[in-house]
Amino acid sequence: MIVEETPAVEPRAELGRAALRTRSLVAGAILTLVFIAAALISFVYTPYDVTVLAIPNRLMPPSPAHWFGTDHFGRDILSMIMVGARTSIAVAFIAVGIGIGLGVPLGLTAAANRRSLLDEAIMRGNDLIFAFPALLIAILITAVFGPGAVNAIVAIGIFNIPVFARVTRGAALSLWTREFVLSARVAGKGRVRISLEHILPNLTNLLIVQGTIQFSLGILAEAALSYVGLGAQPPTPSWGRMLADAQTMIGLAPHMALIPGMAIVVMVLGLNLMGDGLRDVFDPRIRRSRS
Amino acid sequence: MSLLVVDNLALSIGDTPILRNVDVGVDEGEVLGLIGESGSGKTMTALSIMQLLPQAARATGSVRLGGNELMGLEEGRLCAIRGNDIGMVFQEPMTALNPVKTIGDQVAETVLVHAGASRREARDIARETLNRVGLPAAEFPLDRFPHELSGGQRQRVVVAMAIALRPRLLIADEPTTALDVTTQAQILELLRKLVDEDGVGLMLITHDLAVVAGIAHRIAIMRDGEVVETGDTTALFGTMHHPYTKALFAASAHVPHRHRRPAPGPGQTPVVAVEGVVREYPLPRRTPLAPRRSFRAVDGVSFVVHRGENVGLVGESGCGKSTLSRAILALDPMQAGSIVLDGEPLTGRGGASQAARRKMQVVFQDPYGSFNPRHKVERLVAEPFHLLAEPPAGAARRRQVEQALEDVGLRASDADKFIHEFSGGQRQRVAIARALIIRPALIILDEAVSALDVSIRAQILDLLADLSNRLHVSYLFIAHDLSVVRAITDRVLVMKAGRIVEEGTTEEVFKNPQHPYTRELIAAAPNLERAMAARQAEGRR
Repeated sequence: MIVEETPAVEPRAELGRAALRTRSLVAGAILTLVFIAAALISFVYTPYDVTVLAIPNRLMPPSPAHWFGTDHFGRDILSMIMVGARTSIAVAFIAVGIGIGLGVPLGLTAAANRRSLLDEAIMRGNDLIFAFPALLIAILITAVFGPGAVNAIVAIGIFNIPVFARVTRGAALSLWTREFVLSARVAGKGRVRISLEHILPNLTNLLIVQGTIQFSLGILAEAALSYVGLGAQPPTPSWGRMLADAQTMIGLAPHMALIPGMAIVVMVLGLNLMGDGLRDVFDPRIRRSRS
Repeated sequence: MSLLVVDNLALSIGDTPILRNVDVGVDEGEVLGLIGESGSGKTMTALSIMQLLPQAARATGSVRLGGNELMGLEEGRLCAIRGNDIGMVFQEPMTALNPVKTIGDQVAETVLVHAGASRREARDIARETLNRVGLPAAEFPLDRFPHELSGGQRQRVVVAMAIALRPRLLIADEPTTALDVTTQAQILELLRKLVDEDGVGLMLITHDLAVVAGIAHRIAIMRDGEVVETGDTTALFGTMHHPYTKALFAASAHVPHRHRRPAPGPGQTPVVAVEGVVREYPLPRRTPLAPRRSFRAVDGVSFVVHRGENVGLVGESGCGKSTLSRAILALDPMQAGSIVLDGEPLTGRGGASQAARRKMQVVFQDPYGSFNPRHKVERLVAEPFHLLAEPPAGAARRRQVEQALEDVGLRASDADKFIHEFSGGQRQRVAIARALIIRPALIILDEAVSALDVSIRAQILDLLADLSNRLHVSYLFIAHDLSVVRAITDRVLVMKAGRIVEEGTTEEVFKNPQHPYTRELIAAAPNLERAMAARQAEGRR
């Protein structure tokens, strides 16, 4: 009697093990969690109140009382970084949400109606949005609606739509030729149903990775927008505007520029490491695929 | 003295033992057939000889080439030996070549790396080697790119790369598995010629007994990382000491038991009636203003399948058999003709009527790609219920799924598993369960057993024969493997370049093929009995 080959191992457990083996993922996740924790803690506690000005304490270098020093109004920079993380994360998170919420359905629709007029319309529309830099869209929106965090979210969110639409369409197209999708078509299922039942669940890994990367780009974009004054408005602290404020004081108090700069760099680095790590974990070419 | 001696080779990756006590040897001018099913360790044996092992693999034992120990040799020395003394041919000619480099450069590259030849000399050697593998300069200049060649021609280039430096040992890992039967015969002939002319030792790794029976002088049979039997080809097939060898031999010549059916009455509605079907693919325009041309993949095909009848559709890759099956499944629109399924016309323009869809199901080739990995088996098998006006729900649905699973020899409790918990053969059973669950009149089996090992293939063929006996379902059995078609079908259609060139009962077509193409196909197919008979008649070795 010939025994059939042994079944494969449970991949979910294996995925977890692979995730822990990936050092960049662990490092990135820790860095990201530190910032998310800081943002959450800032709702209930900050070392100092960021809305109270204390001019006598202005431009103090880092010290035990003010770990990261104070700015030109005497505000505690650590507290501002914590509250600023709130803005950055919220803007980037909602912008990624807009990108996924609109881009993924568009990408699925385009893939389901491949080479149709609808596909062309969606993808060429994406090209059009891609052609405008996010900053330009933000300036446009600000010119019409005035500056603010919400408008920054909308601007970055619009920029995210074509990214997700393209990623989704590309991956969905190859899934549409897979045999399990053909079986579903033989079972008489329609395009919408197949997209939701068979295509979308198999795209989650990819979307998580892309989402992480877009999140880090969102943080950068938010910083850039508030740097030029188009993001969150005073007195809400934001990393980008802290940098802008520090610009004229750079010789006097370099820590004012260094610390928000470092916050942006470290947060983006953490997210990118996490994105790379996730891709390594999910990518079947790097890990062993089936069997 | 033997050219290659592998002595007591053992290999483990991490804590998993892969190979144990592997002893094989190849002499100069000798062909060793290394046979085993997937996972038996035959490729790992080859990689151990090349010392191209994956990370975390630990090998012990001895690998000697012409008396020199390779095991534990430093990487630099090994690089000199690989390519120079040992050449390797891989299975997949599509991926073994770099698509952006010309074939001349790719063959010359091995020469440049190893022989320290000048660029001009390397190109000369490349040219000469390509001539030897049957790619003459007139038709195949050195500046051809891989995509301009067919699969068989690409495999010739791969062989040329392996033999450019005249290695003493050639390792070919499933060199013909991805090729059509006629191409396979040509590549095997080429390898045999190289062995005879140059006296190289060839290690031919394959899962197909029939392939090696014709060419190998000696055979080693592997299972679970061990060589279970080894010996002279004729003697080994004659005696077959080890039960596994017998099982393997029986499985590859397996003919499932089937009831003969009475000829269909004239009044019966055929299960499928295909009439003048044409399927064209648009080709890209040559220039922006040129008229759009099209490629006719299926060119006016007509046939019928009667109730309970099994019909085989054979032909080489690109002959249009899969395109035809997609048209019958209403996955692609057709440009002309009509298809009627059990009296229900398959309406055109991409969408089939649900009534026609209810009459047919499909089983695809790849047991790994046929299922959504995120659903449980119950949901996977129940998918065709979507076609029913009143699909069963809850306990009724569960009962039917369990019934279908038991029909195909799985357990009812398997409904709660995910698909990755099953082996390839079991997955193909799940695919058959899914096809059966709405009791269709026709099941299209598109190369449904081609990806399976011989022993599992025999089990699936038995299952299919049993189901067709019990449930009176008809199969349209699409395959390139003639032996499989012969075993399971009543009637066979031979397809070439979009047309059906021959049609008749299976026995007749195989015994007395009329069309030259059918004759060519049958002659090229590796045939165990014929190979053994020829060997005995030859009486050499």
